[in-house]
Amino acid sequence: MPLANTSTSVPVIVDEDKCIADKGCTVCVDVCPLDVLRISELTGKAYMKFDECWYCMPCEADCPTGAVTVNIPYLLK
Amino acid sequence: MDEITAGLSEIDCDVLVIGGGTAGPMAAYKAKMKNPDAKVVLLEKANVKRSGAISMGMDGLNNAVIPGHSTPEQYTKEITIANDGIVDQAAVLKYAENCFEMIQELDRFGIRFQKDENGDYDVKKVHHMGTYVLPMPNGETVKKALYRQLRRARILISNRYMATRLLTGKSGRIAGAIAVNTRTAEFLVVRAKSVIMSMGAAGRLGLPTSGYLFGTYENAANSGEGYAMAYHAGAKLANLECFQINPLIKDYNGPACAYVAGPFGGYTANANGERFIECDYWSGQMMQEFYKELQSGNGPVFLRLNHLKKETADHIEQILHTVERPSRGRFHEQRGTRYAETMIEMHISEIGFCSGHSASGVFVDEFARTTVPGLYAAGDMASVPHNYMLGAFTNGAIAGEHAIDFIRDVDFDDYDRADVLAEQERVLAPTKREDGIPPNQIEYKVRRLVNDYLQPPKVTKKYELAQQRFAEVRADMEEAMVARDSHELMRAMEVASILDCADMAACASLYRQESRWGLYHWRTDFAERNDEDWKCHVLLGKQEDGTMGCEKRAIQPYVIPISDDEKDAYYKQRITAKA
Ligand SMILES: Cc1cc2nc3c(=O)[nH]c(=O)nc-3n(C[C@H](O)[C@H](O)[C@H](O)COP(=O)(O)OP(=O)(O)OC[C@H]3O[C@@H](n4cnc5c(N)ncnc54)[C@H](O)[C@@H]3O)c2cc1C
Ligand code: SF4
Ligand code: SF4
Repeated sequence: MPLANTSTSVPVIVDEDKCIADKGCTVCVDVCPLDVLRISELTGKAYMKFDECWYCMPCEADCPTGAVTVNIPYLLK
Repeated sequence: MDEITAGLSEIDCDVLVIGGGTAGPMAAYKAKMKNPDAKVVLLEKANVKRSGAISMGMDGLNNAVIPGHSTPEQYTKEITIANDGIVDQAAVLKYAENCFEMIQELDRFGIRFQKDENGDYDVKKVHHMGTYVLPMPNGETVKKALYRQLRRARILISNRYMATRLLTGKSGRIAGAIAVNTRTAEFLVVRAKSVIMSMGAAGRLGLPTSGYLFGTYENAANSGEGYAMAYHAGAKLANLECFQINPLIKDYNGPACAYVAGPFGGYTANANGERFIECDYWSGQMMQEFYKELQSGNGPVFLRLNHLKKETADHIEQILHTVERPSRGRFHEQRGTRYAETMIEMHISEIGFCSGHSASGVFVDEFARTTVPGLYAAGDMASVPHNYMLGAFTNGAIAGEHAIDFIRDVDFDDYDRADVLAEQERVLAPTKREDGIPPNQIEYKVRRLVNDYLQPPKVTKKYELAQQRFAEVRADMEEAMVARDSHELMRAMEVASILDCADMAACASLYRQESRWGLYHWRTDFAERNDEDWKCHVLLGKQEDGTMGCEKRAIQPYVIPISDDEKDAYYKQRITAKA
C-alpha cells in the first residue's frame, strides 16, 4: 500500500528568537518522554517533529530561555 | 538522528532494571545501596530525568499507612475489600509495613509531606474506611530528588533504549534482555543475573474518546511492553480482566477529584448537582455507579466545587493546574471554565492494565518475584493491587534488595544466540519494506477495536469478534507494517505490545465467567458475582503449545480475616434516598 503525506497541526510551539539550539542547547529534545522534538537542520532551532504529545510539559518547564509553549492538541481542546 | 543503523553491542551486569519512572529508579538505588560492588544498569525508553507517571510531579500519596492514623492490618483489610477479596494479602501487608519507612526516606531526599500545626502528618480520609491520603506540598520536586540520588549512587543509566524482549537461560532462569535504541535502531543485548521490570501500566490499550492516540491517562510512553515481555518470557500474569478505568475530566486526561478535591469538600455530582456516590476513592464498584449515572437521565457526571467558598475552589484549582498535569489549566482557560463558577464535566477513561490503580499485572509475590527465577516486577505492572506511587517506590525497593540476595548465589545463565537473531529479525522487519501500513494506522485500528469490543460492559460474542479482528490486524502487522526511521520503528514495536495486551485482555476476560470488581469486569451475560467458582486469581500465560491460556489459582489464606458484614462494603457506594 503506497503512503501519503497527511498534514496535522502540532501542539508545541518554539519561539525561534528565544531558542538557543544553535549554541548547542538540546534540553527539550532530551527530556521529552515521547521523543517528539528535534532540532531542525534547516533553521538550527527546536521544533515538534511528531504529533505524539502527552502535553506533560517538561519541554516547557526545562527550557532555559522560555522558548517553548505547550498547547492542548486540537482533537481534544 | 533517526536513521536506521541497526548495529549490535553487548554488556553484562548483575542487576538490570528496565523502566526508569518511579519503581525502577528506587529498585536500582536500593540494589546499589545494598551492594555497592554490584553492577546495576537502569535502562529507560525515554530519559530518566523526566520519565514515567511522575514526570512533572505528584499531588500526594494516595495510600500512606502512617502510625497514629492507620495500621498495616487496617490497610490490608481495606484493599482486600476494595479489590473484592481477590488478594494475596502477604504482598499488601508487606507493602503496608514498609511504606512508612519509605516516606521517611523520601523526606530525607527532600520531598516534603504535609504536616499539621502539631508537626504531625496531615493525612486525609478519602477511602471508604480508613485514612491514607497525604498531600505533598512540593510534589513537583519528586523526580528531581530521585534523579539526584541516582547520580550520587553512580547508577549506570542508559536512556533512549526501549526493551523489546527478555532473554531466558538454558536452566530456566532469567538471562538478560534485548533493547533497541529509539534514535538509531541499534541493538543492545544486556546479559544480567537478575532483571527487574518496572515499565509501568499498559496505558495505550483503549483509545481516548478524543481519538488522539497519545491523550491517555497514563504516560503515553507506557505502551505495555512490560506485560508483553513477561508473557513472551513465560511469566504468569494475574487478573488482567480487572481493567483500569478511571474517572477523568471530559476530553482532558487529568484525574478529576477524589484525592485532591475531596478533603476540601469537592465531590462527584450528577447533572442536578447532587452527590450520588458515598466515596470518591477509585474502585471498580465506584466506577460502576459512575457509569450508571453517566448513562442515566441524571447524566452526565461532573466534578463539583462551585458550592465551596471561592478561595477554596481557587486553591484546589491552583493545585490541580500546577503539579501532576500542569497543562490542565490551559485546557480550562481555552474552554473558559473555572472551578469556582461551574461544574466541570467528567467522563471515564480508556481501558488499560494497571495494578497501581486496579489489579492487573505480572504476577508477583511479597518479594516482587515473578514466576521466572531471577525476574522481578514492581510498580504499576506488578500484580500488587491499588499500589499507586508509594507502592511503586516501596515495592521497587523490595525488588532491588531481593535481587541483590538472589545474585549472590548465581552466575549468568546462558541464553540461545538464536533468540537474539530472531528478535533482530522481528524488530527490523518493518524497516525492510518500501511501502505498507505505518504503525500509527495499525495502532489506531487495534485501539478502536478495543473500544468497540472490549470496553465494559463485556459481552461474550463481542469478545469473540474482537479476537477474530485482532488476528486479522496481527497478520497485517506481521506482513505489511512499515517503519521508515528509528522513531517510527519504536512506534512499530509499541504496536506489537499493544496488540499482545489486547489479546491478553480478551483472553482473561472471557475466562472469568462471572462479574466482579464493578465496571472493571462487568459481563452482561454472566451478570452475577460467583464466589463459589471464581473467588480465585486468574493467571494468564503462554502454554506448552505456544498459545495463550488461563488457569485458576487459589487465593493464599488471609492473614487478616475479613468478616462477612465487611466484605461487601465497597458495593455500598450509592447514596440511598433519604427517608
Ligand atoms: C496522571 C497521573 C496522576 C497520578 N496521581 C497520583 C497521586 O496523586 N498519588 C499517587 O500515589 N499516585 C498517583 N498516580 C499513580 C502513580 O504515579 C503510579 O502508580 C506510579 O508512578 C507508577 O510507577 P511505575 O514505576 O510503575 O511506572 P512509571 O513511573 O510510569 O514508569 C514506567 C517507566 O518505564 C519506561 N518504559 C516503558 N516501556 C519501556 C520499555 N519498553 N523499555 C524501557 N523503558 C520503558 C517509561 O518510559 C517510564 O519511565 C498517578 C498516575 C498518573 C498517570
Ligand atoms: S530547550 Fe529551549 S533553547 Fe533549548 S533547544 Fe529547546 S527550545 Fe531551544
Ligand atoms: S509536552 Fe511532553 S510530550 Fe509534548 S513535547 Fe513537551 S515534553 Fe514532549
